[in-house]
Amino acid sequence: MIKQLYQDWIKGIWRNNPVFVQLLGMCPTLAVTTSLINGIAMGCATCFVLVASSLMVSVIRRLIPGEVRIAGFTIIIATFVTVAELFLAANFPLLSKTLGPYVPLIIVNCIILGRAEAFASKHSPIRALADSFGMGVGFTLSLVLLGSIRELFATGGIIGTRILPASFENWVVMIMPAGAFLTLGFLIGLFNMIESKLKSHKVTMSQGHMTQVKNS
Amino acid sequence: MTDTTDSKHTGFSLGSSPHIFSHTDMKETMRGTAIAFLPVIGASIYFFRLHAAVLITTCIITCIFTEALCQLARRRPVTVDDWSAVVTGCSLALILPPTLPLSAAIIGSVFAIVVGKQIFGGLGHNIFNPSLLARAFLMANYPRWLTTWVEPLKPDAVSSATPLALAKFQHEFAALKDLFFGNVSGSLGETSAFCVLLGGIYLFYKKYGDWRIPGSILSTVFVYSGILWVINPACPSPIFHLLAGGLMYGAVFQASDPVTSPVSAKGKIIFGIGIGLILVTIRIWGGLTEGVMYAILFMNALTPLIDRITIPRRFGARQSPT
Repeated sequence: MIKQLYQDWIKGIWRNNPVFVQLLGMCPTLAVTTSLINGIAMGCATCFVLVASSLMVSVIRRLIPGEVRIAGFTIIIATFVTVAELFLAANFPLLSKTLGPYVPLIIVNCIILGRAEAFASKHSPIRALADSFGMGVGFTLSLVLLGSIRELFATGGIIGTRILPASFENWVVMIMPAGAFLTLGFLIGLFNMIESKLKSHKVTMSQGHMTQVKNS
Repeated sequence: MTDTTDSKHTGFSLGSSPHIFSHTDMKETMRGTAIAFLPVIGASIYFFRLHAAVLITTCIITCIFTEALCQLARRRPVTVDDWSAVVTGCSLALILPPTLPLSAAIIGSVFAIVVGKQIFGGLGHNIFNPSLLARAFLMANYPRWLTTWVEPLKPDAVSSATPLALAKFQHEFAALKDLFFGNVSGSLGETSAFCVLLGGIYLFYKKYGDWRIPGSILSTVFVYSGILWVINPACPSPIFHLLAGGLMYGAVFQASDPVTSPVSAKGKIIFGIGIGLILVTIRIWGGLTEGVMYAILFMNALTPLIDRITIPRRFGARQSPT
């Protein structure tokens, strides 16, 4: 049981990472990751909505008629997005202003509807919780990575601390959408490279294991 | 009876197609292109002195090193001796402003090779012209550096606007003679239309490139800007359009890149007309003063589609299968 939950959780972070593998939720990924703080805020807000709505969908999954389930999921998601939006506006007004329309747009983030449809509506609340939390963490980590790389090159530092030497001329392109596409492309390439390395490593390992078994 | 005995009897040798071989290989084509750059390099060094020499050398060396490193990292045979990295470096350096800091030139060269070429799988697989892609990147990255121009033949580098900017914003037109020989401000290689034409004549005489692409670009620009000029004489004249800015250079050296342009003759003409139309539209109505780069990159993106609609019909076939 514990192992199953762990599996549900961990797959969202690496093997089924919503950004680098499933390529879902591209709109917030590309639009708001101009800085590390924005990435964290967007990731956390999405994570909250994802976990809460998956849990709710899973709890009432037998009560929603199949024909209107998408409408039902959307209302549940919209409720939690409103909660998140009002929370941000009340506690972090500046951040809420920078993120602008992208917080209410979490409603149409396909990761959330995708997890509700593909996982939460078919599994028990506890497994839905593990799955959605894993996806949320995976999404947040990807946004943090993207946001910090873009901020580093665009301003020469992260959160006001200068990291690159003063002679570094800021890369204006990194603030612009083109920089988001370039960085995301490179990260997906890197992700695939590591993944294929790991896979070939696993294959050789298991082959070595097989020959050992045969020899013994 | 086997093939060999047959050929002994008849005196003919049998074999499967292809039957016609060309002695021109990749290396020779690329070396030819590099030779065609020589007059332009000469003009740029004459007009911009040390700036030009240093920039061109930096770009070429960085391109060669980056290409070798990429190929080593990908565990592919290192093919820097095929001159393609030299051509990329040259063609990038010649579209940069003379006073560009070397760090930006190095970043641009690395970008041209890594993102423009090697990521797609190396020479022959890229969608966009690598040097133009790198310039677009630099333009987005260092907008201030990429729009700083200096007057030619002034070693102390007096900054000045390009002829196209003067024509657009102040309605001052540079003398056509200066535009033709290159005594105006601008990117290293674009100023002298005369030297670009010399290189182009060599390139197309030796058939390293197809004359249809520059031909259709230049005639489209001439006709389109001519119509606009007749309607509104305040617009620059068609001759001015042909000689000013990077049009001549882009048409001869970058649009005719065989990798990123359509294959068929009809496709090449459509490609050239498209570039001409976008270019004049950007020059007259756009926010930028020069549109060669974006026009060519845009048509590069359309090249696969143009190739698809211009598949030649087999003799006797009714309609090409779609």
